[in-house]
Amino acid sequence: MTGFDLSAFGYNSKVVVLGVVALGMACGFIGSFMLLRKRALMADAVSHATLPGIGLAFLVMVHAGGDGKWLPGLLLGALLSGLAGMGAVLILTRMTRIKEDAALGIVLSVFFGLGVAILGVIQKMSRGSAAGLESFIYGKTASMLASDAYLITAVGAVSFLVCGLLFKEFTLLCFDQDFAVSLGLPVLLLDLVLMSLVVVLTVIGLQAVGLILVIALLIIPPASARFWSDNLASMASLSALFGGVAGGVGALLSALAPKWPAGAVIVLANSLLFAASFVFGSQRGQLVRWRSQHRLAKKIARQHLLRAMEEYTEASGSREVPWEFLLAERSWSPRALRAQLQSAESDGLLEASVSADTVCLTPLGEAKADRAVRNHRLWETYLITYADIAPSHVDRDADMVEHLLEPAVIAELEALLAIEDRIRSPHPLESVPS
Amino acid sequence: MTWTAIDSWIVVTAMLSAVACALPGCFLVLRRMSMMGDAISHAILPGLAIAFLLTHSRDSVTMFVGAAIVGVLTAVFVDAVHRHGHVEESAAMGVVFTSLFALGLILLVRGADHVDLDASCVLYGAMELVPLDVIEVGRWEIPRAVLKMGAMVLFNAAFVLLFFKELTISTFDPGLSDTVGISSKWMSLLLMAVVAVTAVAAFESVGSILVIAMLIVPAATAQLLTERLTPFLWTAVATAVASAWLGHLGAIGLPPLFGFEDTNTAGMMAVACGMVFALAVLWSRRRSQS
Repeated sequence: MTGFDLSAFGYNSKVVVLGVVALGMACGFIGSFMLLRKRALMADAVSHATLPGIGLAFLVMVHAGGDGKWLPGLLLGALLSGLAGMGAVLILTRMTRIKEDAALGIVLSVFFGLGVAILGVIQKMSRGSAAGLESFIYGKTASMLASDAYLITAVGAVSFLVCGLLFKEFTLLCFDQDFAVSLGLPVLLLDLVLMSLVVVLTVIGLQAVGLILVIALLIIPPASARFWSDNLASMASLSALFGGVAGGVGALLSALAPKWPAGAVIVLANSLLFAASFVFGSQRGQLVRWRSQHRLAKKIARQHLLRAMEEYTEASGSREVPWEFLLAERSWSPRALRAQLQSAESDGLLEASVSADTVCLTPLGEAKADRAVRNHRLWETYLITYADIAPSHVDRDADMVEHLLEPAVIAELEALLAIEDRIRSPHPLESVPS
Repeated sequence: MTWTAIDSWIVVTAMLSAVACALPGCFLVLRRMSMMGDAISHAILPGLAIAFLLTHSRDSVTMFVGAAIVGVLTAVFVDAVHRHGHVEESAAMGVVFTSLFALGLILLVRGADHVDLDASCVLYGAMELVPLDVIEVGRWEIPRAVLKMGAMVLFNAAFVLLFFKELTISTFDPGLSDTVGISSKWMSLLLMAVVAVTAVAAFESVGSILVIAMLIVPAATAQLLTERLTPFLWTAVATAVASAWLGHLGAIGLPPLFGFEDTNTAGMMAVACGMVFALAVLWSRRRSQS
């Protein structure tokens, strides 16, 4: 297909785009709570569980004399069987030794199998036409009607409203269920409200993206938003934004190019946002984490170097620290040590020494080295005094914590250990190569 | 309701597929990774599509390779998202498999629209067509699917027997497993590859719904009824076989009772599996109360 058919972009298409954006936003918002409750895959089981309801509703309506494709009827059927599926998962996990993952898998496959069997019956029926029921499995964004879109928008708005009103309660439910119980909140009821919202959104989302992919709208935007924020309110808002944007892009594309499978395009738009958040996210993104780890590693190496030099000076009385000693002190390669020394020199901590194979601290370097040694020994003394760690083993344990000590903690340690003057090392260097 | 040779072949194919799925499924359920079966059987779609687009054939070997690679990749991606992104594991699964499934759908619709590899065939399989595609073995005409799934059963049985010790230890005590030199991570990836290959072998004939059902439900049933690993495996296999037979019986026998024609066999087999599971739930609850 070449070029987009712009003439097809009429009133109906605009309404459909609006509906999908609303769906994406509502799913993103409520999905945040599901993600934090560690129930992300519950939506998967629920969405598959809607299929038998759709089939049964069709059969009932045909039996009553209709043509069987009255949308609210089908959605009601979907809602009821989705709720039944959710109930089955809860019962299985609470009353049997089946674990949650297996319970989800059982409900998902058995309900879906039942749905397929019922659709199989319908397809061979003489009355009523089953054509179109399968669109619930893969979605049919492009051929959605304006009335469908209005329904989606209305339901999305209502679920937003409910979630907004119960925001505080849902937050508590996600983070500290036991505390919520102790406050006297009706936890079970709240849980049911949250899950019902998910079922309702899943059901109205079937039309747009189909039952296999609707769960992506509930899982991917919150997972992306989590990379950017540690605060639930902003995470949920961001998640709604992501869901809305991805939905809008996908629906626009499918309105312009009906041959693209819209549901899949919407999901891939979400996936791209996820990938970008994974790398660039400001809280948990890989770049940020990588940078902070790199910084910490650099700080630790610098403190190791300064401490080694200070300890040498202390033991031998000479300010000229031989290169060979430093090389043996930590498992540095000659190249890593050279890079270390260079960066310390450019920060003004080392001064050019008289001979080529020794290094020497500047006054600034000495002050910093003093502090590093003092922190190390403070923490060592603390561990020996309060944690009963043998002096010969304390060096490594102290090393794990000393680089992260805040000034306030150091002051507290000094007060606790009643130390003011210089601390002697519990494991002094015995022989110093000179 | 009439039972013909066609029905027998359908049931034999389904039974073999069910057993092939139930064997690795047991270890998935014990490792609490059931949903990984669901994730992998959705996620291999792009593997199938790419294998098809590259070779322009539905030749089984390419499909196997494509599916196995994507199956293992799914596990690797889920692990990476979980570990590096600190995303909870089930959510990581959801992100990865829906993305891959969407990608697969687009590849199929855009690239392979004109061929008979379509998405609903992946979902439902084409069990009714199984007896038509036969291979002559000596004097008999045996459906290709029966031979393929028979081979898959032998392969999976050999996998379980050969790696019985490794699978057991890495399933029940990953820490111990790592210390004695059996990497639980590699065992887990190996299991994922086996699941992916089994899924792709089974789906052409029985569809992905039945694959997911047979991976999880027989093992869960056995979990309710047994306490030790060997009886657990046998119970799962027996449940799988029984559900395949009951399911087909239900598919051709039940709807006529209500005045309809027959229905989809794969769907009814999943339902039969659910029924057997429900009985096991009732029985195990009565036993625990008495």
